[in-house]
Amino acid sequence: MKTFAYDRARDVAGAVAGFRPGTMYLGGGTNLVDLMRLGVAEPEYLVDVSKLPLRAIEADGDGVLIGAAVRNSDLAAHPVLRERYPMLARAVLTGASGQVRNMATVGGNLLQRTRCSYFQDVTKACNKRRPGSGCPAIDGDHRNLAILGHSSDCVATHPSDMAVALAALDARVHVTGPEGARVIAMPGLHRLPGTEPDRDTVLRPGELITAIRLPAPPPGASAYRKVRERASFAFALVSVAAALEVTGDGLVGDCRLALGGVAHAPWRARRAEEVLTGGRAGEDEFRRAADAELAEASPLPGNRYKIPLARNLIVAVLRELMPR
Amino acid sequence: MAEITIRVNGTGVPLSVDPRTSLLDLLRERLGLTGTKKGCDHGQCGACTVLIDGRRANACLALAVAQDGSDVTTVEGLAPDGDGELHPLQAAFIERDAFQCGYCTPGQLCSATGMLAESGPSAVTADLAEDPRLTRAEIRERMSGNLCRCGAYVNIVAAIEDVAGSGARAGDGVSAAARDMAGARGSAGAGEGAR
Amino acid sequence: MNRIEGRDKVTGRARYAAEYRPDPADSIAYAYPVQSVIARGRIESIDAAPALAMPGVLAVLSSDDPPALSPDAEPELALFQTRQVAYYGQAVAAVVADSLETARAAAREVRIGYREEPHDVQLRPDHPGLYTPEKVNPAFPSVTEQGDLPAGLAGAAVSIDVTYTTPAEHNNPMEPHAAIALWEDNGLTIYDATQGATPDRDTIAATLGLPRDRVRVISRHVGGGFGSKGYTRPHAVLAAIAARAVGRPVKVALTRQQMFPMTGYRTPTIQRMRLAADRSGRLTAIAHDVAEQTSTLVEFAEQTATPTRVMYAAPALRTSHQVVRLDVPTPAWMRAPGECPGMFALESAMDELAIAAGIDPIELRVINEPRTEPVSGLPFSSRNLVACLREGARRFGWDRRDPSPGIRSDGRWLTGTGVAAATYPARRAPSQASAAAENGGFVVRIAAADIGTGARTALTEIAAEALDAPPGRVRLEVGDSSLPRASVAGGSMGTASWGSAVVKACEDLRKNGSEGVADTTEDVRGDTGFARHAFGAHFAEVRVDMDTGEVRVPRMLGVFAAGRIIDPTLARSQLIGGMTMGLGMALMEETVTDAATGDFLNHDLAQYHVAACADVQDIDAVWLDEEDPHLNPMGAKGIGEIGIVGTAAAIANAVYHATGRRIRDLPITPAKLLS
Repeated sequence: MKTFAYDRARDVAGAVAGFRPGTMYLGGGTNLVDLMRLGVAEPEYLVDVSKLPLRAIEADGDGVLIGAAVRNSDLAAHPVLRERYPMLARAVLTGASGQVRNMATVGGNLLQRTRCSYFQDVTKACNKRRPGSGCPAIDGDHRNLAILGHSSDCVATHPSDMAVALAALDARVHVTGPEGARVIAMPGLHRLPGTEPDRDTVLRPGELITAIRLPAPPPGASAYRKVRERASFAFALVSVAAALEVTGDGLVGDCRLALGGVAHAPWRARRAEEVLTGGRAGEDEFRRAADAELAEASPLPGNRYKIPLARNLIVAVLRELMPR
Repeated sequence: MAEITIRVNGTGVPLSVDPRTSLLDLLRERLGLTGTKKGCDHGQCGACTVLIDGRRANACLALAVAQDGSDVTTVEGLAPDGDGELHPLQAAFIERDAFQCGYCTPGQLCSATGMLAESGPSAVTADLAEDPRLTRAEIRERMSGNLCRCGAYVNIVAAIEDVAGSGARAGDGVSAAARDMAGARGSAGAGEGAR
Repeated sequence: MNRIEGRDKVTGRARYAAEYRPDPADSIAYAYPVQSVIARGRIESIDAAPALAMPGVLAVLSSDDPPALSPDAEPELALFQTRQVAYYGQAVAAVVADSLETARAAAREVRIGYREEPHDVQLRPDHPGLYTPEKVNPAFPSVTEQGDLPAGLAGAAVSIDVTYTTPAEHNNPMEPHAAIALWEDNGLTIYDATQGATPDRDTIAATLGLPRDRVRVISRHVGGGFGSKGYTRPHAVLAAIAARAVGRPVKVALTRQQMFPMTGYRTPTIQRMRLAADRSGRLTAIAHDVAEQTSTLVEFAEQTATPTRVMYAAPALRTSHQVVRLDVPTPAWMRAPGECPGMFALESAMDELAIAAGIDPIELRVINEPRTEPVSGLPFSSRNLVACLREGARRFGWDRRDPSPGIRSDGRWLTGTGVAAATYPARRAPSQASAAAENGGFVVRIAAADIGTGARTALTEIAAEALDAPPGRVRLEVGDSSLPRASVAGGSMGTASWGSAVVKACEDLRKNGSEGVADTTEDVRGDTGFARHAFGAHFAEVRVDMDTGEVRVPRMLGVFAAGRIIDPTLARSQLIGGMTMGLGMALMEETVTDAATGDFLNHDLAQYHVAACADVQDIDAVWLDEEDPHLNPMGAKGIGEIGIVGTAAAIANAVYHATGRRIRDLPITPAKLLS
C-alpha cells in the first residue's frame, strides 16, 4: 500500500473544501481499503467521511432521505425500509456479508468498483485502471461481465445490488462538491464505459455523496432476486429488481424493472417497462418484455448464458409478483 | 505516523500507527493479540471478525487510524475472565465440535456473538417486516461471512442454535439457559497452553 | 472426548505459525516475495535500488546474488538460483524490511526486466506434449491393461464412451502459509505451517545443505492443509534465507493471492471413461484414460485412474495416465489426490451405464462387486461397499425412487437424488514414538501433525487404551521435529501410522517400565498381501431452479466402512468436512487460468468460491462396524479424505435425475445448466 495522509472530516463543507487532487473519501472502507491493499487505489490523502452527521434515515415528504454515512445493515434493518421499500431492503441484505454490511456506508456502496479480475490485479492491463492499456477481459475470461452497454474498451459490470434497487425506485443522489450541491437521478449516477471506462460515475472531482432520497414507493408488489453460484456471500451473475402493479382488470399499471450483473451501471429496463405497461399481466407478456429489453444485448462468447438467465429471471420475478 | 487510542477488550491503548496498518495487523503484530486471524486480508473470509463498538466487522478492512476512539472486542475478550469461565458460544463450540483446525474459529465466535444481537431480517427472511425466528436457514445465511474450509458448518450451526435457544428471534442474544450452562462447564479442562 | 486443544482454539490462545513472537518481539523482520509477471522466459535485469532506498528496507534477495542453497534443492524451493521463469507468480525476488507494510510496498518497487517467451498453459485432450510418465503418485504404474478391451467393448449389450473434465482446484486452507525463521548458535528454528514437522525439517535442511540435527521445525497448530502443506513450500525456505541474510528473525506470511501460484493445487483432468456391460449389467470392459498437467520444473503425476483398479471387476480393464508439461506452477496434493477426480469420472460413468442399461445404480454396483482387487488380484483386507450402499439406501429412502429424470418438481425447483461409491486406500507409513511415565501420568511423544483432524486427541485416546490409563492422565506432544520422527499428515495415513508407533511405544513402556520407544519401519514393511481400502457410499438430494439453473443440496448422507472408528465425534466431523468440500467441488470450485498471461486469474476467496455456511444444509455421515485385523494395532482405516471422494459424482448424478441434463464438466454452474 502506498503511504497516505489520513484525516477525519468534521463537516461536509470542510471535507469538500479541503479536496485536492489525490484525495479519496473513506466511508466504511470495505471497498476502498480492499482496493488500496491491491494497489488499485492509491490516494495521497484519505479523508474519512464515515463519521460525518450523515447517518439519519428520515421521512421526507412522501419519501425517505437516507444519509450517505448510514451503514448498509442499518438501512436494511430500518422499519421504514422494510415496510415501504422492501425491494431495497432485500437488495442490501443480499449483498456481501453481515460484517461487511455493518461497516459499509450507503454512499460507499454506490461507488464500489467492478469485480473484474483484470481490474483488480495491477499486474494486468486494464483500460479502467490505466486508460489505453487494453481490455484483456474481452478476449479473456469474461463470464461474469457485461452483456449490455459495453464498449470495445471495457466490459466491466457494476457489482452493487443496492444500486439496482435504487435505479428501479427512481432514487436521487444528493452530492456536494467544490462547485456546490446538486442532485443526480438514478440510474444516471453510473456511466456506461464508452471510450472513458476509467470514469465509473458522473461525479466530478471532489464531489461527496451526502444523501439518497427515495421518492414515494411504487404502488405494486416488489422484489429483488439475485442469482449466484453459491447460496450466499457472492456477487450476482444476474439480479433483478422489480415492482409490479396489476389493476383490477389484470392489466399492468406501474412497473419497474432493473437488472444487475449485466452492465457497467445498474440497468433500468425501460424498454421492458414500456412493453409491459398497460398490457396484460401474464407469462407471455413478461417474456416478450424481457426479450424486448435483451434484444440489444450483445453477449461475449463466455457470458451468453446471461441472456437466458436474465430472461428467465425477469419472467420468474414478475410471475411471483402477480397478485394471487 | 498517527496518534490514536483504541479500547481493546476494555483497555484503552494509546498508539502511534502507520496509517496503512489495518486493525487486524495492529492486533496481531503490535499488540500480540493473535487470536484474531488473517485468512485473506480482503474481507472475503471473515476469519478476522471482531466486534467494533459492539458490531461485528472485518478487522482487515478497518484501518487502525480510522478506529481512533473505537471499542474493539476480540476473541480474547469474549470470556468474562480469561482463564476461567468461557463465553457460552466458546463452550458450545467445544461441546458440538464446531471447529477442526481452529483457524476460522475466533472469527466465527465473534461473528456469532455479533450476529445474535442483530435483530431485523436477513436475505432469507420471507417477510421483511418481522423480526424472524432464528431458524437454521437464518443462522446459515447470517454466518455466511465466515468461511470454514474444514467444513465444520453443520456443527457450527448446531452450537449457535444451542446458545440462541429454541424459539429465539433475531436480536435476542445469548439465551439465559446457555449462559447458565457455560458457567457450569467453563472452568473444567486445562488447555494445552500456547507453548 | 472433546478435542484436547479445544479450549486453546476457542479462546484464541492456540498459536499458528505466523503468531510466535521471538524475543525481543520487535526483532522480527518481514520478507515479502516479488512474483514474476510472465509465465515463461528469462529475467534480464533486476533493479532493487528503488526498494532499497525505502526507509526500513533491510535487503532485497534475488538471482543477482543467489542465496547459498544445496545444488540438490528441489526446483520449486531453489529460490533465486536461476534466471529462468517457469510460471506466472513464481517468486523471483524478495524484500526484507522491518515492517510488513514496508516490505509489501517495497516489493512493488523492485523492477524486473524480462525476456518473455510464448507460454503454453492450456491442458487439452489432443495436446502434442502429452506423454506417459513412468509412474503416477505415489509409485503406481501409469498404465495397467488386462483382458481384451476391444472385444469387451464390442461384445457388450450396453456401453458408454464419455469424457469428464475437472478444473484446477485450490486447497485454500483458512490459514495462509507462513513461517518464522530464527538462526541461533545451535542452528535454525522454523515455526512453519506444515502437515509434517519431520519431512518439512528434512526438506528444509536438505535445501539449505544443513545436517538435519541443525534444523528444527515447530508446528503445533496448523490452520488446515488439505495437501497444500504436505510438501515444504517456498515461504519456509524464503524465511530461512531472509533471516540468514539480515541476521534477524524473519516472518513470511503469504497473502491469499500468493497462495494460488505458490502453494500447490489440484491438476485439471480430462478423463475418458468407457464402460460396457452385458444384458444383466455385468461389466465386460472398463477403460479409464486420463490426461492431466504438470509443470516444466517437476513431474507430478496425479494417480487419477487408480481407483478404477480397485472398484469393479471386468474381464477387460485398462487404466492410463498421460501428463503434459506446461508453463504452470507444479500441481501438488489436494485432498484425496487421484481418488477425488478419478471417482468423479468413474462414479458418474457408472450412473450413466446404469441408466443406459435400465438398472438401478445401486444394483449395478452390487452386481459388479469384485471378490478380489481387480487389477492386483489381492484379497481385500475388508470391503463393505455393498453394505454401505444398502444402509445408505435404507436411510435415504432410495426404494421409493423413480429413476425417471426430470419429472419431479416442487414449485420452480426440479428435484432429484443420486448415489456414488467412495474409496480410499488404508495404508500406513513408518513412524517413531516414545512413551514415558512422568509426574504421575504419561507423556507420549511423536512428531505427528494435527491440522484439524483431531490427531492429537485420537492419539491420546489410542495411547490411553494401550496404557490402560484414563485419557486425562496421558499427554501427547506433537508438532515438533525434535520429537520422534513421524510421517506426514497425508494419504489418510496419520492415525494409522502414528497410532501404530504410539501403541508400540506404550506397550514397550508397559514392558520395561521407564521409557518405551518404537519404530514401525519393519511392521510397515510387512503390510503386504492384502488390498487395504476404506469404502463408502454417498447419497445426495438436489434441487435445481428451472428458471435459473441454481443448484442447492438440501440433503447429503455418507455411509462408510472404515475399520474401527477411534473417536466418533472427530470422525463425523472429518467425514462431513470432506463431503462439504465435495459439495464445493461439484458446484462452485474452479481455478481459471488466463490464457493470455498464464496466471491463475481468480486468485482470492471472493472469486474462488468455497462452500459457505448457507450452502450446507443437512449433511450427515455414519459408518458401519467393520473389523479388519490386517491393518494396524487399532484396526483403523484413515477417514480424512474419503469424505470428498465420490461426493461430486453423487451430486452430479442427482442433478441428472432432477433435470435430465448430464453435466460432465465441473463445476456444475447455472451457466452450464442454462446452455
